[in-house]
Amino acid sequence: MAERLLTFSIFRYNPNTPEIKPYMQEYRLGEMPGMTLFVALNKIREEQDPSLMFDFVCRAAICGSCAMLVNGKPRLACKTLTKDLPPRITLFPLPVFKLIGDLSVDTGTWFRHMSLKTEAWIHTTREFDPQAREERMDNETALKIYEAERCIECGCCIAGCATANIREDFIGAAGINRVARFMVDPRDERSPQEYFEVVGTEEGTFGCVGLMACEDNCPMGLPLQMQLAYVRRKMAAAGLAARPQTRAG
Amino acid sequence: MSVYQTHTTDVLVIGAGLAGERTAIEAAAYGLGVIILSLVPPRRSHSTAAQGGMQASLGNCAMGYGDNPDIHFEDTVKGSDWGCDQDVARLFANTAPIAVRQMAYWGVPWNRVVAGRKTLPDGREIEDLKEYEGLITARDFGGTAKWRTCYTSDGTGHTLQYTMDSIVIKMGITVHDRMEAIALIHDGENCYGAVARCLRTGQLHAYLARSTVIATGGYGRLYGVSTNAVINEGSGMFLALETGVVPLGNMEAVQFHPTGMVPVGILITEGARGDGGYLLDKNLHRFMPDYEPKKKELASRDVVSRRMIQHIRKGYGVESKWGPHLWLDIRHLGRKHIYTNLREIANICKNFAGIDPARDLIPVRPTQHYSMGGVRTNIDGHAYGLKGLFAVGEAACWDLHGFNRLGGNSLAETIVAGMVVGKKVAEYTLGAALDCPLKLVDEHVKRQENRINDLISGRMGNENVYELRKQMEDTLMEYVGIFRNGPDLQKAVDKLQELYRRSLKLGLRSSGKYANPELASALRLPGMIRLALCIAYGALNRTESRGSHAREDYPYRDDANWLKRTLAYWPPGAELPILKYEPVKITELPPGDRGYGESSAANAAKPETAHDKEGNNG
Ligand SMILES: Cc1cc2nc3c(=O)[nH]c(=O)nc-3n(C[C@H](O)[C@H](O)[C@H](O)COP(=O)(O)OP(=O)(O)OC[C@H]3O[C@@H](n4cnc5c(N)ncnc54)[C@H](O)[C@@H]3O)c2cc1C
Ligand code: SF4
Ligand code: SF4
Ligand code: FES
Repeated sequence: MAERLLTFSIFRYNPNTPEIKPYMQEYRLGEMPGMTLFVALNKIREEQDPSLMFDFVCRAAICGSCAMLVNGKPRLACKTLTKDLPPRITLFPLPVFKLIGDLSVDTGTWFRHMSLKTEAWIHTTREFDPQAREERMDNETALKIYEAERCIECGCCIAGCATANIREDFIGAAGINRVARFMVDPRDERSPQEYFEVVGTEEGTFGCVGLMACEDNCPMGLPLQMQLAYVRRKMAAAGLAARPQTRAG
Repeated sequence: MSVYQTHTTDVLVIGAGLAGERTAIEAAAYGLGVIILSLVPPRRSHSTAAQGGMQASLGNCAMGYGDNPDIHFEDTVKGSDWGCDQDVARLFANTAPIAVRQMAYWGVPWNRVVAGRKTLPDGREIEDLKEYEGLITARDFGGTAKWRTCYTSDGTGHTLQYTMDSIVIKMGITVHDRMEAIALIHDGENCYGAVARCLRTGQLHAYLARSTVIATGGYGRLYGVSTNAVINEGSGMFLALETGVVPLGNMEAVQFHPTGMVPVGILITEGARGDGGYLLDKNLHRFMPDYEPKKKELASRDVVSRRMIQHIRKGYGVESKWGPHLWLDIRHLGRKHIYTNLREIANICKNFAGIDPARDLIPVRPTQHYSMGGVRTNIDGHAYGLKGLFAVGEAACWDLHGFNRLGGNSLAETIVAGMVVGKKVAEYTLGAALDCPLKLVDEHVKRQENRINDLISGRMGNENVYELRKQMEDTLMEYVGIFRNGPDLQKAVDKLQELYRRSLKLGLRSSGKYANPELASALRLPGMIRLALCIAYGALNRTESRGSHAREDYPYRDDANWLKRTLAYWPPGAELPILKYEPVKITELPPGDRGYGESSAANAAKPETAHDKEGNNG
């Protein structure tokens, strides 16, 4: 079998040593059948350069750790097969997120902050009764919530988003999708007005310019445009209702 | 004087998977200060990858009617091949329904009962009743008498972990992610916290706490092919072992999952078989009914995995360049079912093998999956040997699973144990003072600093961490797998001992500075090889077959001699663990037949079971 020789051009920079400026480093590797970027990067680290930093956890497109720019596009490296790429592969860390080193970025802090900002937990006044049977919910609703909850916080949508790249506080498509997840959940007792406080701003839905890069980049295939439109509609209505009272001054 | 940052808290939880977070929530609810450490952001923990579901005997779905904690208890004990502690199994089965319901209250979108008549893939007619509509439903999993595994489509772990973490965030519990515990701080009697290394900067930190909880998950990555995340390296277990006074329980009990996808080892959830998928051999013959006429593909995992290997050994495997495998067939479930209820499977097949499971067969082979063994604790989750040290989840040997864990019982364990142990941690902590001598802290940090400096300077030697690691993985794969025997296990022990000695002479090829990944691996490797030795040596000494531990040279369960748990200790300077044993706690269900025709005492007299002979024709 004619196997290709791949050339990886990888971004190198360690924020702990700012005196060494960012640079691109090249590695060469023979392609193997079924090779993913997970396999390739580990081979490079184990056989050529043990200092190379990158993140993988599940290596199965479930945990969201391994997003990076692959030939310019935000992708999960673990599920990217080298056979789908040209023999020259350029890897950069995701923009927007804080760089930890080389291809590794701090998506965790960003997403935790987003969860805090959108108060991404069930708001309820009811108490849990350990002796009681669970509250009923129809299965359609349960499936709808799960659909919105499938985001793995990989950051691909954020990295490709024009607004997120210029507005540090923009919660992005992932944030708006997160809000939608709680909006469709009947257990969450927040009113549209309360949601408005969270996302009815330039940091939220009104910062989005609707260019769709987010949805194209989402490895989970989440319908982000639909969620954006859904939340924006709700917020527009809530905004109109709220304005006379709360924005009087 | 070393330079390091110190943090003081009431409770230190090492690990932010489901078990660690649930424990932290419970302790924080008592008003205690809690810090959680994690290698990765909590939502990237391995728990997120669980697809199939969580067992609790709610009895809401048609095939679950009449289920209750007694039946769940009985299934769990049989599943464990009588290797579990029955008081723990009882507490667990009784608490699981509360755990599932609380997760619903916190926000998990469990799939719900839809009333009506339906036909199962095997032709059986069932009817879900109106009176249960909207309650949490369940699916079928191996080794259970009733359908008991609650699920959210195929993202159960994801929804559980995200919901759990949302409560952690809501409660304002501190999480330090990319912070790796590398040693416990202790004086041989009390545990006072841990030394940790920051994976962003490489800096050392000392965490001082009145109680410390190990919740670091399993050790799947000791094996070369495993369904586990790449961070599952058993670190909490070797930190405990390293103290010399805390034993690990039943390390030889390693679970293999029947359906790891070939060659990558990514898991195809048991939900696939639960929903009606079959196993086929190279002749496209469905062979499991030949071996296990009653439970077929849904006998317990150890049984199905062994039958698969047996069948392959008889020459019925499909040859491939990665060795022989079998097929999993879910095509008959239909595109709609596959792309809704089993969508993750469809994605995995597409992304990692380029196949469409609605049209194609899936290549599978039994693959390392779960560690039943771990830090030995009592029923309160308190570790043996050190006051103020607790363990929970897959890192612990609590011991609910004995020699074989049932699918769906692990997610349930993480949350139930988190509730139970979290409460005990809180009670202990409220009564404990933090009187850790600072000299002790300094000493412990200094020791880690020296290890790091030795590695960076290359003063101990020039062994290559990745090469040794690969040899360790291969040794376990080859000699400590599904079927085991004396000579092979001895080979494994010898080889691992050699690797262990060499692992004390590692040298780095990179600078080792800051967040250097090679240094992180080098710090872990000796501990990982110690765990590997506990597994291999424990297996060599256990001269019987029980649950997942199948000795070809001792094919039967031997209750007269082996109704006991292995405890492995690692005294300072040792090159092999010291093994001790303790009896298993039997309270309600005396040892008997597991009911799936294999490995039980009742079968002890028969050399080959009837099923095996049938299997020869198949
Ligand atoms: C692919 C797959 C599917 C599964 N599906 C199911 C299922 O359907 N049902 C079921 O019941 N079980 C399932 N299991 C088993 C179950 O998922 C795990 O046993 C369970 O999630 C373990 O949870 P845990 O909290 O103990 O550990 P984990 O979720 O593994 O979390 C460990 C945590 O410890 C941290 N950590 C580790 N070492 C250190 C250190 N040194 N310092 C600081 N932090 C550290 C990690 O960062 C992580 O946060 C599955 C397992 C696999 C592999
Ligand atoms: S549509 Fe909105 S959220 Fe999506 S990429 Fe464009 S600006 Fe960003
Ligand atoms: S919405 Fe999609 S792209 Fe964005 S973080 Fe979630 S999974 Fe990733
Ligand atoms: S490693 Fe988990 S998504 Fe890629």
